[in-house]
Amino acid sequence: MSPGQIFRFALAGLAANKLRSGLTTLGILIGVGSVILLVAVGNGSSQSVQNAISSLGASAITVLHTEGSAAGPEPSTSALGSTAFAEPQNLTVQDAQALAQAQGVASVSPVVSTSETLSYGASSNTASLTGTYPSYFPAENDTLSQGSYFTTQEVNTARDVVVLGSEAASDLFGTANPVGKSVLVAGIPFTVVGVLASKGSSGLSSADDTAIAPLTTVQDALTGFGTLDDVVVLAKSAAQVDTVEGEITSILDLRHHETAADADFDVLSASSLLSTASSTSHTFTVLLGAVAAISLLVGGIGITNIMLVTVTERTREIGIRKAVGATPGVVLAQFLTEATLLAMIGGALGILAGVVGTRFTIVGVKPVTVPLSIPLAFGVSALIGLIFGGLPANRAANMRPADALRYE
Amino acid sequence: MIRPGPHHAAGAPPETQPLPAAELEPERKPVIRLVSVVKTYGTGEAAVQALRGVSLDVVERDYVAIMGASGSGKSTLMNIIGCLDVPSEGEFLIDGIDTGTLDEQQLAVLRNRKIGFVFQAFNLIPRMSALANVELPLSYAGVKAAERRRRAEAALLLVGLAERTDAQPKQLSGGQQQRVAVARALVTSPSLILADEPTGNLDTRASHDLMDVFDRLNAAGRTIVVITHEADVAKHAKRIIGVQDGHIVSDRRVTPPGALPPLLRRPVDGPVRP
Repeated sequence: MSPGQIFRFALAGLAANKLRSGLTTLGILIGVGSVILLVAVGNGSSQSVQNAISSLGASAITVLHTEGSAAGPEPSTSALGSTAFAEPQNLTVQDAQALAQAQGVASVSPVVSTSETLSYGASSNTASLTGTYPSYFPAENDTLSQGSYFTTQEVNTARDVVVLGSEAASDLFGTANPVGKSVLVAGIPFTVVGVLASKGSSGLSSADDTAIAPLTTVQDALTGFGTLDDVVVLAKSAAQVDTVEGEITSILDLRHHETAADADFDVLSASSLLSTASSTSHTFTVLLGAVAAISLLVGGIGITNIMLVTVTERTREIGIRKAVGATPGVVLAQFLTEATLLAMIGGALGILAGVVGTRFTIVGVKPVTVPLSIPLAFGVSALIGLIFGGLPANRAANMRPADALRYE
Repeated sequence: MIRPGPHHAAGAPPETQPLPAAELEPERKPVIRLVSVVKTYGTGEAAVQALRGVSLDVVERDYVAIMGASGSGKSTLMNIIGCLDVPSEGEFLIDGIDTGTLDEQQLAVLRNRKIGFVFQAFNLIPRMSALANVELPLSYAGVKAAERRRRAEAALLLVGLAERTDAQPKQLSGGQQQRVAVARALVTSPSLILADEPTGNLDTRASHDLMDVFDRLNAAGRTIVVITHEADVAKHAKRIIGVQDGHIVSDRRVTPPGALPPLLRRPVDGPVRP
């Protein structure tokens, strides 16, 4: 009995009940399709987060000002007016200057940020406004498309100059060259000195809908001379990021008379964000994959179920085949082939459906197919056919021919 | 031919009526030989003895009818002769091969090579053409496609269905379906054609036609065992064996195994393969 002949018998067996075979296939199709699609969604969201973080720059470290010991008890719950708990201190330009003394630091850029309305003529637009030093641009991987950055001199003299992000510039000026024009920022006229090249969207907010001006100017006109929002520290190399992070923490702890427990700042680097984000998105991907795998399992149980019905229904046929000389092995092979064919056809169609599905954006995520998931899904579906077809095929193979022939 | 040898069964001895002609017959090789066959179903209290010591030889070219009422043990006998089951005690040999020690795999091969079945319910596989049904035993024997087709077409020609090779079972009448089954039974040139109530689902006309086919096959040299409860069918055989309560109760020789079947209506014609 040749394998080709067994294959033809199996194919004829499936063709005998097309609707049932089709519906069983659908179970595997949905399972395999959802594994591929959901893993691609998980992978896609993980990649978009990683892209967003690595666009921050590999050597950049951000010191964020926080509200202080949020984890500790509220001061108001103890004696009123008591200073038992350190008041959160401002993150100051002096702090920033102190950080500049640390080993391995290339530059330090204090940052204040706010959201303001920019207007030019009739057009206006709300953009994020950042006040900082010129060293901020290289630290943030910003590049110019037109004009120039503002200078340290302009920071020291608090000049009303601004560098626009590409989206902010095109919203206000369209295709015209904004350099040298005057825009109103919260009603105050600023001269545009440069326009940044587009960095693309990073998740929800656009990094291009922005305006960057000298720190002193923004503090003077808009935010006041209170705390900084953050300080961007650029390490001399990516390899020194960890050391610099440690130094920043110890310098600021010392200056703010704090311990690690009640720190009023956070130190974040692109690499630490990246590892946090990638472990989160890995969990997310595994979770999605597990949900999809359950549907694949349900599809496999569907195969067992249908094959059991088929074997019972075709008891007499099995009896006839055995009477004319089919050995138990040949009967086993025929029904295993039927189950595996069902699973593999479902798997192939599922891969097709999954790959087509990844062409669409799903809940704001552009899915990215994991190439390994395709051969894996196909192999798993074939395996499911073999495993879940095993019980029914075995039952068929072990039927006693005399009983099977008499089955009504 | 009856062989009341040393193994002869306990219980009621069969009535033997040796004909003078039988003694002139040359010594023939037994195709099947049952020696004190006992078949018990179930164990302990619930055990049922379906066969209680049956000894029987069927020789080449013989045409034997086994008659019995339902419950007489003739179905069990058919299962054992057909290698669908093995005896609990005693021996069953087909072409000298003892089936007692064989496993399911070896029995399947033996059925394929030695036995052609014809069942009461036709038992063709639905949704397969007549030709494919006839080819089925050859497929399991590993015969190549072209050779399979050639032999299946020859077998269908022999039963008078050369025109209906592509028809599916449901497109054929009962008589035609049973003739396809006969073609399937003889396509492998088995040692024995075993028919279990072959006319049970047929009308008188189709029964006549079918028995005519059996008569011609036997005249052409086939060994045939027909299990039946109809006297009309048994009349076609050269030897009629009665079974009751798991014993052989009668054994009547009508014509010697080498003679033509008693009711053969016309001389052998057409291409009958040995």
